[in-house]
Amino acid sequence: MIHSLFLINHSGDIFLEKHWKSVISRSVCDYFFEVKEKAVDPENVPPVLQTPHHYLISIYRGKLFFLSVVQTEVPPLFVIEFLHRVADTFQDYFGECSEGVIKDNLVTVYELLEEMLDNGFPLATESNVLKEMIRPPNILRSVVNTLTGGSNVGDTLPTGQLSNVPWRRAGVKYTNNEAYFDVVEEIDAILDKSGTTVFAEIQGVVEACVRLTGMPDLTLSFMNPRLLDDMSFHPCVRFKRWESERVLSFIPPDGNFTLMTYHVSSQNLVAIPVYVKQNINFFETGSCGRLDITIGPKQNMGKTVEGLMVTIHMPKVVLSANLTATQGNYTYDLTTKVLVWDIGKLNPQKLPNLRGSLSMQAGAPKPEENPSLNIDLKIQQLAISGLKVSRLDMYGEKYKPFKGVKYLTKAGKFQRLSLSFL
Amino acid sequence: MSASSAFNDEKGGSSSVGEPEYGHDPASGGIFSSDYKRHDDLKEMLDSNKDSLKLEAMKRIVAMIARGKNASDLFPAVVKNVACKNIEVKKLVYVYLVRYAEEQQDLALLSISTFQRGLKDPNQLIRASALRVLSSIRVTIIVPIMMLAIKEAASDMSPYVRKTAAHAIPKLYSLDPEQKDQLIEVIEKLLADKTTLVAGSVVMAFEEVCPERIDLIHKNYRKLCNLLIDVEEWGQVVIINMLTRYARTQFLNPNINESLLEEGGGGEKTFYGSDEDEDEDEEEKEKKAEVAAMAKRKPYVMDPDHRLLLRNTKPLLQSRNAAVVMAVAQLYFHLAPKAEVGVIAKALVRLLRSHSEVQYVVLQNVATMTIKRRGMFEPYLKSFYIRSTDPTQIKVLKLEVLTNLANETNISTILREFQTYIKSMDKDFVAATIQAIGRCATNIGEVRDTCLNGLVQLLSNRDELVVAESVVVIKKLLQMQPEKHSDIIKHMAKLTDNIQVPMARASILWLIGEYCEHVPKIAPDVLRKMAKSFTNEEDIVKLQIINLAAKLYLTNSKQTKLLTQYVLNLAKYDQNYDIRDRARFIRQLIVPTEKSGALSKYAKKLFLALKPAPVLESPFKDRDHFQLGSLSHLLNAKAGGYQELPDWPEAAPDPSVRNVEVPEWTKCSSREKRKEKKVEKPFYSDSEGESGPTESADSESDSASGSESGSGSEESGSGSESEESEEGSESEEEEEEEEEKDKKKKKKELKKPVPETESEQSSEEEDRKIKRKSKQRKSDSESESDEDEESESESSQSESEDSESEIEVKKKKKTAEMKPPSKPVKKETKKEKKEMSLLDLDDFEPAPSPQVTPVNTFLSNSLVTDLEGLSLSDSVLSPATIAPSSVLKNYELLHRITGEGLSVEYCFSRQPFSPDANMVAVQMQFTNSATSDTKNLHMEDVKLQSGMRVKEFPEIELLSAGETAMAVMGIDFCDSTQAANFQLCTHTRKFFVSIQPPVGELMRPIFLTENEFKKEQGQLMGMNEITEKLTLDAKCRNEHAIVQRVTTAANLSRVPCGSDKECRFAGRTVTSSSLVLVTVATKEEGAAQLTVNCEKMVIGTMLVKDILLALTQ
Repeated sequence: MIHSLFLINHSGDIFLEKHWKSVISRSVCDYFFEVKEKAVDPENVPPVLQTPHHYLISIYRGKLFFLSVVQTEVPPLFVIEFLHRVADTFQDYFGECSEGVIKDNLVTVYELLEEMLDNGFPLATESNVLKEMIRPPNILRSVVNTLTGGSNVGDTLPTGQLSNVPWRRAGVKYTNNEAYFDVVEEIDAILDKSGTTVFAEIQGVVEACVRLTGMPDLTLSFMNPRLLDDMSFHPCVRFKRWESERVLSFIPPDGNFTLMTYHVSSQNLVAIPVYVKQNINFFETGSCGRLDITIGPKQNMGKTVEGLMVTIHMPKVVLSANLTATQGNYTYDLTTKVLVWDIGKLNPQKLPNLRGSLSMQAGAPKPEENPSLNIDLKIQQLAISGLKVSRLDMYGEKYKPFKGVKYLTKAGKFQRLSLSFL
Repeated sequence: MSASSAFNDEKGGSSSVGEPEYGHDPASGGIFSSDYKRHDDLKEMLDSNKDSLKLEAMKRIVAMIARGKNASDLFPAVVKNVACKNIEVKKLVYVYLVRYAEEQQDLALLSISTFQRGLKDPNQLIRASALRVLSSIRVTIIVPIMMLAIKEAASDMSPYVRKTAAHAIPKLYSLDPEQKDQLIEVIEKLLADKTTLVAGSVVMAFEEVCPERIDLIHKNYRKLCNLLIDVEEWGQVVIINMLTRYARTQFLNPNINESLLEEGGGGEKTFYGSDEDEDEDEEEKEKKAEVAAMAKRKPYVMDPDHRLLLRNTKPLLQSRNAAVVMAVAQLYFHLAPKAEVGVIAKALVRLLRSHSEVQYVVLQNVATMTIKRRGMFEPYLKSFYIRSTDPTQIKVLKLEVLTNLANETNISTILREFQTYIKSMDKDFVAATIQAIGRCATNIGEVRDTCLNGLVQLLSNRDELVVAESVVVIKKLLQMQPEKHSDIIKHMAKLTDNIQVPMARASILWLIGEYCEHVPKIAPDVLRKMAKSFTNEEDIVKLQIINLAAKLYLTNSKQTKLLTQYVLNLAKYDQNYDIRDRARFIRQLIVPTEKSGALSKYAKKLFLALKPAPVLESPFKDRDHFQLGSLSHLLNAKAGGYQELPDWPEAAPDPSVRNVEVPEWTKCSSREKRKEKKVEKPFYSDSEGESGPTESADSESDSASGSESGSGSEESGSGSESEESEEGSESEEEEEEEEEKDKKKKKKELKKPVPETESEQSSEEEDRKIKRKSKQRKSDSESESDEDEESESESSQSESEDSESEIEVKKKKKTAEMKPPSKPVKKETKKEKKEMSLLDLDDFEPAPSPQVTPVNTFLSNSLVTDLEGLSLSDSVLSPATIAPSSVLKNYELLHRITGEGLSVEYCFSRQPFSPDANMVAVQMQFTNSATSDTKNLHMEDVKLQSGMRVKEFPEIELLSAGETAMAVMGIDFCDSTQAANFQLCTHTRKFFVSIQPPVGELMRPIFLTENEFKKEQGQLMGMNEITEKLTLDAKCRNEHAIVQRVTTAANLSRVPCGSDKECRFAGRTVTSSSLVLVTVATKEEGAAQLTVNCEKMVIGTMLVKDILLALTQ
């Protein structure tokens, strides 16, 4: 299925290649480079390309291209999903997925790739199983290893692959047994010029960090599971149990994992936590414009809005911005034409405001459309949909674990279309 | 730990094998000598004795490979490290080997022996890894070795090794396609595998090697459907895709009626061409009517197997893996009845929040789906709204979907949305939006004028690209009703002064030329202007100028004659030959000369014919003949190895091919029948006239099987019922299934041979039955107290009790699983089968199950006579047998003296070993008769024959002086009497000990009825049957004694028998579950005949010896 993998950095250098079948010359990537040149923006490179003898399926993650070569029919999503899984694994192992870190850990990366695919078919993709075979690097171990000549490769054989719960490694032991769950919700919303909601939905995810000894069997139940409209689960979740009782019953993998993602859609339920008053005018004459933005709290259930940030993609003709912010600071990137206003915490008593003038290229016609605003924010200890975890029970083990749930609301793709009509 | 040490030892011993002479390496003096110098340090490091240096060298080499640098010259130096002790070095050598073996075939052969040895390793993981590397080495000469290895591994006991074998199949196939036939045999064998681990891999092999052999799937179809949810994600994708194809060949189109309607509706779509082929249409309609009538005559009933597939794949829509969701979505799209396809929409919309590559693929598929099934995605319209941050390719695809979704009701919303898109800064996207508006306008007549007006407004847009795109679209729209829109044409004529985009200019010129009679005054003027700028125009514009000139000449020659000739003259000397050609051709056609002849008469007809308006179609139309989700669909071209999605068959092929042989007890037809039987025959009737003990045994077993199968059939009855009503009781059933899920998992661990059932009974249900079966036995023995009022109440009673006790079992099992494996928590279900000799185990089980005790007292109180003949309760009757020593023979593992005060005895407890059903439980009793404490009692260094496995007992931390402790370990003897050797370690000493099982301990009792016994025996004739004549020991001439002696010698259970001259016993070997049947037929004066039927002849022979001994002494 997957024949070869090339890792390509932003400037088009191939810095890693791995072949699971016969070697394919790296010149096959030339087709890709050609398309990449044309596409300008790496996001616009089509994920699937056809060349005379091969098909190239690529993803773009962390400023890197993961380019796989395929020779025969295979579901493209199969490959794409796998490549993302590879990137996720790197992230999991090294903390980030970047060229530098991969080059630093080239051998570990190669060993990982070797285990993840066999003859192009995924073999071990569960992080728990992989970590049993190849230990993730850490400073202490690398020091010890250099002194003793020890190795990164686990000396136990991966028994996880043999078990019925392949996602959990066997023989887990902790002195502190803890299970933490983060309910993170993102609001995706599009507001139109007048500030009414065109489209809004909440995208939630339950991230878990479970460090429990033995083979615990957990049950997580919600106060209001009916809120959830659509969800996807980690393979460990017993689906039938969810169908019948609306509880999440599972034997968790060890460590961090995404337990489920969910979706809340009915529009009236989606509370928009802030309002934005904005006024951006470009004048017909004098090649300048005015900008005035105020942000205030709307529905935030008594919690403070933090990490507030406004991003505006300015039209190309805007040369510079001379603005004053009552709170936080702003930057205007001249090359990408992106104005970023980092506000921080929202103070309901003193609403943050950004105003000033924009100077434009002399003689250029006035931009016909006003730029839209992208808003970023965070609210701690609140799931904006109102979802609440009611309890976590553990079966199968005797000890008492520490349990905790955190809530967090973020703005996902929060977009405010321009207000101005001029 | 033990595994890894074994690993090291195994390989370490052979490090010298792979080290022949390399001094005269063929390439060493060659061209690459400079390379050699460069790598000399690496070679030195590889040759050194220190693992750390080797490791360092290998890491550098692998890093070279990773960067794509050539490291092939190091091959000889690397390959000899293939047997290195250090695991990481070894793994890196494997990486190197797999990469370069193809280039250095001869040298690679040197490593083969190491892997061949690995294939025989007792550790399954080592066997698997050896096979994996061996099969990855692409050296043609080892094809026979690989073939052999694969064949062997395919029947390996370990599912993981079998999985690796499945992976190896496509590797071998790509190396040597001639092996296909043999490989198909292996695939066929592996397809029958019942473990989830193997299923995905073998289907992948099937798809690569022999996707056309759909017949291999028949027998495994139901199993695959049932296993699907537990298979790993990647396997799920492959299986679902394959099953989609399978279903298309085996089942009938569930939309046979709808699709007719749909096609009928499709007639409207052909709108433009319809007037010409009306007669054809009628013909079609007739045909359709005919088919519809036929369909009415024969209403469609979905094959239960078809339903099974749909039902079992549906939960996977909730998978986190986008590929799985897509696979299910395409399965539903291609196979489900129209009313049910809708469920996939929500899941697909969910994927739109994933990575942009995933979005890209999903949107392509959604675009295809929306053409056929628009309604499905209508509720999710807003999810396809475009964000300014989306990449352009995503925007364009979303636009495509939005356009496909547009209809009369939502068009206003969509158009409003489109209006905002037009203002985007992404011009490619704006152009695509204008195209989309054009398509909406052609498809939905009501908004045509609105769209046209909107587009005309765009003509005054500042951006030229926008204007140009609008012109092109307007041109297409105007063609539909030009007479109404002459003002627009006039407006566009003015644009020729400003617009520079060639395509747009060309479009305007064509419009004016085509509809010159609507703008009679402007047209010549435009031509005048164009003639002026002719030489500076692009080619396509030039062609259109000539075109315009020709048309005007034909309609209005007075005003344009000179202009036309001027233009044609200019064109005559153009650089482009197309234009020169066109000019010459047109001149001949329109300007009448003497030579021009007949053709010029028709010039007007040629140029000014009524042209049909273009149909603006989605590029995704008709893409659904490719299987959705496939690469071919995405590229809209057949990719290599693509398997066509077959059309539905006209008539369904025989569904019985999917039937699998069913064990007898599930065949029982219905509850009613059973009941009737019961009513006809009173409880004891069938054993009338027979002697006491056997009578009770017989009827007992009969009623047991009766009620059991009764409840079983009720189960299946409800199952099939729900199948027929399809939706009705599904949820209920699913709930039940859910309840079973835990147990199912546990069951799997026990590797119970799960028989395939006849129809849609899922494996869970079967599991339940197995459980119930054993349960039932108990409940029966209970109910026997009130013999007379049996029949009706019995089954229901036992049923309710079942559920109760099942929960109990569930709990128990759960705790059992969580506890360290050696704790001898036994399953209650099994207890009943066994001797009630659990006294010594009570220490370990703090809360003995509440069920055991009542049964016990019950039995001993009331049913002594009835149960006399029952081997099951044998031990209860004679108090002597309760003590474990008399039934369970104790063996000495370590004598007090050699053990320096520590003595160890062991016995085979005959309990199922809960952590692994393939293991024999060995119960060990440690006695510390020394004066000092013994600490850290544990085992080490297990030496086993190939295939054998050991589950060690947990370390005993402290054994005080004078104390006794118990522990249980499990050994998988692989059905052989080979000894398991290991070291018993205390904190001070190590003792070499070994455990050798008597053959009788390698089996576990099973329950058979007389009929089953006879049937099975019938199948185990010939070589599998061993008969021996004997004279019974004087003390052993009654039946009771015989039963006791045989069950002591071998772990078998008594089979009820009609005759008192015969005693029958049955069991299965622990590892391979081969049947073991023993018959002792007594004759006059102590003469007897012993018959053993067993698939495993060695076991049979040994068992005969042992039983002979037991009966004659």
